[in-house]
Amino acid sequence: MVDVADGATARMGAPASPATSTLTAGAAVRAGARTAPPGVGGRRGNRASLRKGLEIAFFVTPALALFLFFVVWPIVKAVQFSVYRWKGYGPLVDFVGLRNYVSVLTNEVFTDALVHNLVIVVLSIGIQLPLGLAIALLLNRTMWGQGLLRTVIFVPYVLAEVIAGVVWYQLLQPQYGVIDTMLQAVGLSGPAQGWLGTPDYALLTVVVVLTWKYLGLAVILFLAGLQSVPEELYEAAQIDGATWWQVQRKITIPLLGPTLRTWAFLSMIGSLQLFDMVWILTGGGPANATSTMATFLITEGTKRQNYGIAAAASVVLFVVALVLALGYQYFVLRRDNQDTVVTRKKATK
Amino acid sequence: MSADALTDLSIAPTARERRRRRSTNAFQGGNPLVYAVALVVVALTLGPVLYGVLGGFRTNAQLAADPAGPPDPWVLSNYTGVLTNPAFWQYALNSAVIAVVTTALVVVFGVMAAYPLARYQFRWREGLYMVFVLGLLFPATVAIIPLFILITRDLQLGNTWWGVALPQAAFALPMTVVILRPFLQALPKELEEAAMLDGTSRIGFFWRILIPLSGPGLVTVGVLAFVGSWNAYLLPLLLLQGDMKTLPLGVADFSSEHSSDIAGVFAFTTLAMVPALVFFLTMQKRIVNGLQGAVKG
Repeated sequence: MVDVADGATARMGAPASPATSTLTAGAAVRAGARTAPPGVGGRRGNRASLRKGLEIAFFVTPALALFLFFVVWPIVKAVQFSVYRWKGYGPLVDFVGLRNYVSVLTNEVFTDALVHNLVIVVLSIGIQLPLGLAIALLLNRTMWGQGLLRTVIFVPYVLAEVIAGVVWYQLLQPQYGVIDTMLQAVGLSGPAQGWLGTPDYALLTVVVVLTWKYLGLAVILFLAGLQSVPEELYEAAQIDGATWWQVQRKITIPLLGPTLRTWAFLSMIGSLQLFDMVWILTGGGPANATSTMATFLITEGTKRQNYGIAAAASVVLFVVALVLALGYQYFVLRRDNQDTVVTRKKATK
Repeated sequence: MSADALTDLSIAPTARERRRRRSTNAFQGGNPLVYAVALVVVALTLGPVLYGVLGGFRTNAQLAADPAGPPDPWVLSNYTGVLTNPAFWQYALNSAVIAVVTTALVVVFGVMAAYPLARYQFRWREGLYMVFVLGLLFPATVAIIPLFILITRDLQLGNTWWGVALPQAAFALPMTVVILRPFLQALPKELEEAAMLDGTSRIGFFWRILIPLSGPGLVTVGVLAFVGSWNAYLLPLLLLQGDMKTLPLGVADFSSEHSSDIAGVFAFTTLAMVPALVFFLTMQKRIVNGLQGAVKG
């Protein structure tokens, strides 16, 4: 029986039976103190280590238990459900292998939903990044009402998606909604079925509402990132006679890179999981024009009781999110270190 | 007393430095273009919200006759109708209890877990931390169907406050640990050594020094958890029925059940957003700090 302290001592190059000499025993205690895992303490003369292990266990266990029970376990179950045909009652007996995945991935409703998610990812970043950056750069200066402005910009983000959705739903009503009314006042007219009721416009309309809801977050985060750009760089650039735009393009935006990239990452993950806003605005309709992977799996699971199909869809959702997240980490976030090195080199030249 | 001094040392300089930086910003002052842009942004941001608030002061006849007009005359009946509606208060109570329980669980369990992950040396520390970091990648959506079955059938907690609060807290834990760990790591090592020399145990250090000093961090994660719970829709939608519903569910229901009473919908929606807005306005700094911390990663 090799316990942890032994293992640690062995790694340190000491004999594997540490208790034979006081010297190695001391080493074992020290090693144990550094490496004892929770709940494993060990041996006589090692009570400090045991106590520490118990302390760690005491502190970590509640969170870990809650996390394993309500996060990890359901996810494992989702993977299990996904290989059975199951209507929600009786035991899991009808093993169907990967057939649920095949039926999800060949279901046009799901692939459309996946495409909608990807469209929302691209449009959210494509619209909010330049717009948010422009607003943040313009507002990054001492001006009257600055604090108030920042508060106001952030308000939509704090509202529940449901509440924002219900208000926008009313604004977007065909004919008597305020948006159509304002269009009529300038001689235009919205689509007859309303913005949310016309398949061609519905997804774009949802994107507009999402932009309204989340642009403030982007602006606030970008402004925060701008605060960490060293003042000396601005001063140096000004002394060199750089214009405002040159400073933004050559100094501010490159230095804001890490913030922008991390924000885009969070935005991407959020768009892939989109549910609340779509559910309120359109319920995934009209004719599935605004369905997302999340609305698909909720419809399958709770309305049609196709738990196997819903579970397979949720696993696909997770895999898509994971692949995009890892790809993003690999191709985009990885460069952050190189970027800072380059910037530093340029700065020292 | 000494704790206050320490907080001052660790927090105040950055704030002060920022203010100094901003005040010497190279490109100062607003020009008319900047103010114009700012006004447009404010109008577009607040427009829909204000329209909802004002719409609650109008009658349906007014809304139909001139959707874009102001209240004329102002009517209070929509708002009083909602405020005398017992369902509204029931929903608000449910939302409040669930949010408070979620927040308490997240803050207590989160800081407990973050403490050894930040300040103990042990072999599985980074591995354990990675478990929580990976948790960030698992949205509740992925696990929602099994979670629904686990809570309603296995635990018999469907349609209860706990049934929503427990999983919400579990899904909020990763972010909490990820925010709190660097925060706790930043507290000076000397404090711990001094406490140990004075004969304090690590648990004593946790209670008497670490917790009081990490107040700002705890408030940040607490606010994030509270707002997340208050606004949550998907999990309550699956788990709660009847008079256990939370405000977002109530708003959605009211909106679909009273779809002809638009003024009533506006009043209900406005009153439902008031608590979140008030909470946000008082805690604004904390929310922004927390989100910034998450982005800086």
